[in-house]
Amino acid sequence: MIYAVASGKGGTGKTTVSSSLAALWDGPATLVDLDVEEPNLHLFLKPELTDVRKAWIEVPEADESKCTRCRACADICQFKAITVMADTLLVFAEMCHGCGGCLAVCPEGALSPGRRELGEICRGTAGRHDFVMGRLRVGEAMSPPLMRQVRRLFPELSEKGDILIDAPPGVSCPAIAAVTDADCIVLVTEPTPFGFHDFKLAWEAFTPLGKPMGAVINRSDLGDTAVRDFCRENGIPVWAEIPYSREVAEAYSRGEVVADALKELEGTFIGLRQHMRAAAAGGDPCAR
Amino acid sequence: MREIVVISGKGGAGKTSMAGAFAHLAENAILCDLDVDAPDLHLLLDPQVRSEEAFYSGHEAVIDAERCVGCGQCAELCRFDAVREDGDVYRVDPLACEGCKVCVALCPEKAIDFPEKHCGQWYVSDTRFGPMVHAQLFPGEENSGRLVTLLKQKARAMAEERGLDLVLCDGTPGIGCPVISSMAGTDLAVIVTEPTPSGLHDLKRVAELCDRFRTKVAVLVNKWDVNPAMTGEIEAWSKTKGYTLAGRFPHDRAVVDAMLERKVLTETDNAELSAILNASWAGILALLDTCN
Repeated sequence: MIYAVASGKGGTGKTTVSSSLAALWDGPATLVDLDVEEPNLHLFLKPELTDVRKAWIEVPEADESKCTRCRACADICQFKAITVMADTLLVFAEMCHGCGGCLAVCPEGALSPGRRELGEICRGTAGRHDFVMGRLRVGEAMSPPLMRQVRRLFPELSEKGDILIDAPPGVSCPAIAAVTDADCIVLVTEPTPFGFHDFKLAWEAFTPLGKPMGAVINRSDLGDTAVRDFCRENGIPVWAEIPYSREVAEAYSRGEVVADALKELEGTFIGLRQHMRAAAAGGDPCAR
Repeated sequence: MREIVVISGKGGAGKTSMAGAFAHLAENAILCDLDVDAPDLHLLLDPQVRSEEAFYSGHEAVIDAERCVGCGQCAELCRFDAVREDGDVYRVDPLACEGCKVCVALCPEKAIDFPEKHCGQWYVSDTRFGPMVHAQLFPGEENSGRLVTLLKQKARAMAEERGLDLVLCDGTPGIGCPVISSMAGTDLAVIVTEPTPSGLHDLKRVAELCDRFRTKVAVLVNKWDVNPAMTGEIEAWSKTKGYTLAGRFPHDRAVVDAMLERKVLTETDNAELSAILNASWAGILALLDTCN
C-alpha cells in the first residue's frame, strides 16, 4: 500500500508525523520524501545514503548549421523555451518542460536531446526501512519533473512493501502529484485560522481523487474548534490528535523523531498507523 | 519605491505572522500576498475586495471521444504520463497535463482540443493597513510563478500610481518557481526561519537562491528559545554570509491568540512582543535604505 502524509499549510507537522510513522511502521516500507524543494525527512531519519544520482530533464540542443529558421519548434513550444530571433535560433533551457515537442516537429534534424540538471535522487536505508529522497537543485524552478522521476520508482518499491510519502505543502500541482499514487491520504493540520483555511483547501483539492482520507490534528489544544467541527460536518475521520507540548517542539528542534523521544505519544502514532491501514484496505473514502 | 519579500524556505516558520505585523508597522505601503497556492495573509487583514479578475494561464489538452480513433499516438508522445486509455479511446488527466501541445499538434485525426485554462482569481482590496493585492489558484493548478509575477507587476504599478514608497510581499515556502518569481527584482529578502534542523536546511537553500539574485538578506529567527544553541548557530552562519540579523522572536502562544482574534501581533496589547517586532522592522528599514 502507498500512504501519503500531506497538508495544505507548511509547518503543521508533516515530517513529525511521517518520521514517527516510519519509526513505528510494522513491516517493510520505503520512506519517500517527495517534498523536493525542502526535503527534511532525512534530517530526522538520518538514512545511510548508498546511491546518490543526479536527475536530468531532456532539453533541446540546437545545431545552427542545420536550422532553416522555419519556426516549427517555436510555434509548438508553449513555454517560450525556444525561439527564432532575427536570424538566430535561441534555446532557453531553464524554461523547457522537457515535452519533446520541438524535437518531434523539427523537419531538419537541427535539434538533438541535451539535458538540464533537476537535482538529485538519493537512495539508502534508514534503520529497517529503505529511504528515497528527491532534492531539487537550487535555482531549478520546476519540481514536478523531479517528483515524476521519483514516482516512477514506486512500482519497484511497492514490490518490497509499503510506501510512506512525505508530500510537499500546499494544494497546487506538486502537492496533488505527490498524493496521486496513494491508497490513503493523511492530512496533517493545526487548529488555527491559517491551519483551518489551508486544510479546507487541501480537502477540496484531494476529495475529487476519491481516496480514503483522515486528519491528524497537531498542536490540538491550541487555537479553536473550527477544524474539528469541519471534520465532523464533512465526515472526515480524525485519526490522531497530538497535543501541543514544548517537549515535542524541542525534540524536533534537536532532530529527534518525536515518537522515539516522547514515549507517551507512541500509542497515538500506533493508533494512526492502524487507522491508515484499515482505510487503505477498506478503500472507503470515509473509513472510520 | 522599494520592495521587500518575506520568505522562509520552510513552511510554517511564521512568515505570515511576521509579514502581517510589518504590514501594520510599514508606512505608505502596498501589501501583496504572493502565496497564491495557500494564502493566509487575508485572514489577518480582512481585505475588502474592490476588484476581482480571472487568471488564465496556459492551455490543457482535451481529447474529443467522437473524433478519437484510439490510435494511442498521444499516449506514446506524452512525457507527463497524462494520457490514459479509456475503453476504445484515450483521455487526458487534467491534473497531469502539462499543456505542452505535443499531442494536439501531432494527433493524426486532429481530435484534441486545446482550450485556455482558467487557473484562479486575483484581487485588489483595501485593508486597514493600506491596499492589498492577492490571489487564489484553484486547487491542483500549476503554481508556475506567472500569477506571482502578475501580482508583483500590479502591486508595483499601483504603488507608482498612488505614490506609495514600499511594496511588502508575503512569500511562499520552498525554492521553486513561485519563490524564484517572487525574488525577481526585489530589493530585500527577509528570511524567517526557526531553530530546527529543517529550518536551517531550508534556510541555506533559500539563501543560496537569494545570493544568485544578489538580493540583500535579513534573517529573523522565530521561536528562537525552542533551541537557543541552534539559534546561535543560525545567527553565526548568517553573519558569515554577510546577512543582517533582524532579531529573535520567541515561541509564544500570543501568535496563535492574535490569529484567532484576526489581529496582527503589534495590534495586541503584548508590549514585549510589539517592541521586538518594532526593533526588527527598524533594522529591516535601515538595511533597505542601504539598497541601491
